[in-house]
Amino acid sequence: MATFQFSVNGRPASVALDNEDTPLLDVLRNELGLMGTRFGCGLEQCGCCMVLIDGAPEKCCAKPVSSIAGKNVTTIEGLGTPDAPHPLQQAFLDEQAGQCGYCLSGILIAAKALLAANPSPTRAEIALALDGNICRCGSHNRILRAVEKAAAVMRGA
Amino acid sequence: MNAPSLPGPLNDNPRLDLWVSFPAPGKVVVNTGRVELGQGVLTAMAQIAADELDVAVARVTVRSGVTDGMPNEGYTAGSQSIQFGGLAMGQACADVRALFIARAAKILACATDELGVRDGAIFRNGAATGQDYWTLAPAIDLSVNASGLARRKASADLRFVGQSSARTDLPGKLFGDGVFIHDMKLAGMKHARVVRQPNKGAAIGTIDEASIRRAAKGAIEFVRSGDFLAIVGNNETAVELAGAASVNHVSWTHVETPTPLQQEANWLLQRPVVDRLLGPPEPSDAQGRQRFEATYSRGYLAHASISPSCGLAQYKDDHLTVWTHCQGVFPLRGALARMLKLKPDAITVHHVQGSGCYGHNGADDAAADAAVVAMQMPGTPIRIRWRREEEFIYEPKSPAMLVKVRALVDSAGKPADWTAEIWSGNHNGRPGGGNALLAGYALPDQEPLPQANEVPEAAGGGATRNADPLYDIASKRIIHHMVTETPVRVSALRGLGAMPNVFALECAIDELAERAAIDPVAYRLSITTDMRARAVIEKVAAMANWQANAPRGNGAGRGIAFARYKNRAAYSAVVVDLEVDEEIRLRHIWCATDGGLIVNPDGAINQLEGGVIQSASWVLKEQVRLDNGTASFDWDSYPVLKFSEVPPIDVALINPTSSDMPLGVGEATAGPTAAAIGNAVSHALGIRLRDLPLTRERIMAALLKD
Ligand code: FES
Ligand code: FES
Repeated sequence: MATFQFSVNGRPASVALDNEDTPLLDVLRNELGLMGTRFGCGLEQCGCCMVLIDGAPEKCCAKPVSSIAGKNVTTIEGLGTPDAPHPLQQAFLDEQAGQCGYCLSGILIAAKALLAANPSPTRAEIALALDGNICRCGSHNRILRAVEKAAAVMRGA
Repeated sequence: MNAPSLPGPLNDNPRLDLWVSFPAPGKVVVNTGRVELGQGVLTAMAQIAADELDVAVARVTVRSGVTDGMPNEGYTAGSQSIQFGGLAMGQACADVRALFIARAAKILACATDELGVRDGAIFRNGAATGQDYWTLAPAIDLSVNASGLARRKASADLRFVGQSSARTDLPGKLFGDGVFIHDMKLAGMKHARVVRQPNKGAAIGTIDEASIRRAAKGAIEFVRSGDFLAIVGNNETAVELAGAASVNHVSWTHVETPTPLQQEANWLLQRPVVDRLLGPPEPSDAQGRQRFEATYSRGYLAHASISPSCGLAQYKDDHLTVWTHCQGVFPLRGALARMLKLKPDAITVHHVQGSGCYGHNGADDAAADAAVVAMQMPGTPIRIRWRREEEFIYEPKSPAMLVKVRALVDSAGKPADWTAEIWSGNHNGRPGGGNALLAGYALPDQEPLPQANEVPEAAGGGATRNADPLYDIASKRIIHHMVTETPVRVSALRGLGAMPNVFALECAIDELAERAAIDPVAYRLSITTDMRARAVIEKVAAMANWQANAPRGNGAGRGIAFARYKNRAAYSAVVVDLEVDEEIRLRHIWCATDGGLIVNPDGAINQLEGGVIQSASWVLKEQVRLDNGTASFDWDSYPVLKFSEVPPIDVALINPTSSDMPLGVGEATAGPTAAAIGNAVSHALGIRLRDLPLTRERIMAALLKD
């Protein structure tokens, strides 16, 4: 059994595992009880499992936990709360951006990373940044509008 | 006086306490047999109940989808939740309100028409009476049957219905709450994966347990019953690894290996069929009229839900409890009872949200898998989550369809006689009605099932759905060849046959307009007197600033199409702008829809947009490939539309506050979008493509042939 230490949403986390290739996604959901990061494919194809690792958006369904030892992980639970929503979450509520909502955790994370790198993206740039995230319900245009709106709020516009 | 007839679901479940209760001061609970599939149905039900009961919408909690103490409304499907389920909910609430008013009138010794309700409090001629629903509730027996006598609110008096209402299920999904069935954890729960029987009739040959255990890198155990084999363990990572490895370490006999030939719709032409003729026989003599004939087709489609299916089950004290994200908890309970040889009342089935399903995906089967394992491990809660490739390969597919349209055209260029001849597998593979749950094919001692039937015409038809044009055509018929055996398991997907049928019919109408040298919008208006149909066509043309007779064949195209879903639900017309060189790039889509009275306008627009995008994805990209088995098994081998490929979409609702009955909208845009894309591509290229999907290969082949 090996122990891995890293930080999740600003708090230290430590897990002991038999299989050091256990994907970070399984660790978040099954060891740490953080259910907001979703399983969609396990193949790094759909984006449901996106988290930030040291600020960079990464699919974590096939990322061995051993590879993130010592790093900072941000999950959807680290974005905001109903009482203090992140501007992205507020904008998604305002635009009613989502149907089943299964894709949204990953999309919010991808959008957060985009806005950190580019505070004033065009709609085409937002779409391109979200091309690694699948939404099967067809909520795309609402999601694009919501990200634009959050960007404006975060710029103080 | 004759008792008024109750709306269907209320007639089936007439006891009012199945629908409404007042559990605590200030609180109302309503139950619906419809389940939340991401379509916002629970929000809409709360709006309907709040209006009929005269309470604030915030007081209303909507419970749904349990087989105990709730109305049985069959499946949440076919855009019928609001049209029928909402009607039942509204009437039940109106009847409950009337019982309370009658009781208050007795206590207050006044006439009922002196009384009114404001946010649950009873008022007499506008003055407070000190009575409310909650003071009166203990003395009112709601275990009585609905009378259907209470008058529903006039549309002018509706306060919540017709207002855009924020979805109650959305916040949890934005803050990462464990709202999905996948997130459920039961004490002592074990994880499981099934080693899938490749096809009905396949039998387990050898099992290399040692190799599977090695791959698991953690403790696992095997559970077997006949040819049903599952891997169970405490650690999900280990069972997932073992599940993936088992594909290579369990051998099967009697394996079928479908070929690429079988994936195409025209393969259906040579298969055994059950034939039906709906309408008068086809005239053998054209009687001087011009003949038109064209063949359209579409391949098999996957639901491709974003999350693989999941089910939980626990068998304890002779009772089986199952958690599922399927569309019908009561039908699933019936199918489980038959498969497991239990009495239905020994089973409770709970609905818990999953990802969008758009029809019959793997949800029922995953629940059945969990139930089979749970029965073998009494006391232990079992959670099964399918692997991604398992969902793609084993979910039931939407059948491939081939549609031949034949028309006789009069001297003015208008169709006078219309035939739609359809080849298709069955769109009704849901459990029950002659279809097994997947696990049932692998278990021993299963009773033979009756022959499966297609969805009856009274329910909108399956393969025949929307094959009958709504236009004014003197003589029409449908010839339906139901193909009895398909290379993959088939069942219901959003709109059933409506998408391929509307694609065929509305492309054919465009071809007739072109022959007659009449603009497609003008042509459609010239053959329809249905005012609501005309209104959506005219509206969408205005939205898109439609210009008659735009030049063809210059790479930029615009197309229109129209349908009334099932010829009895929402009217929808769609215009598509696109560009084509080797591939299609969608530029803009406009949609006008008349869905009668709309309960939640923003929710309806969300559904319509989603329907447009999903249909565009089907048309541009999607077909299940077969090659020595199902060769579409992940998002690379079954791509769907990406963010950067989705165009701006404008949706307009026509008369959403009208007093016309509310009509479901979730499936209304699939057909018109598909055909509008087909018509726009033909407009852009000057060549007609009649086989879906409209892939690069097909476009290149058509251009080369030209
Ligand atoms: S679950 Fe990780 S990308 Fe799909
Ligand atoms: S909202 Fe269902 S997949 Fe995006």
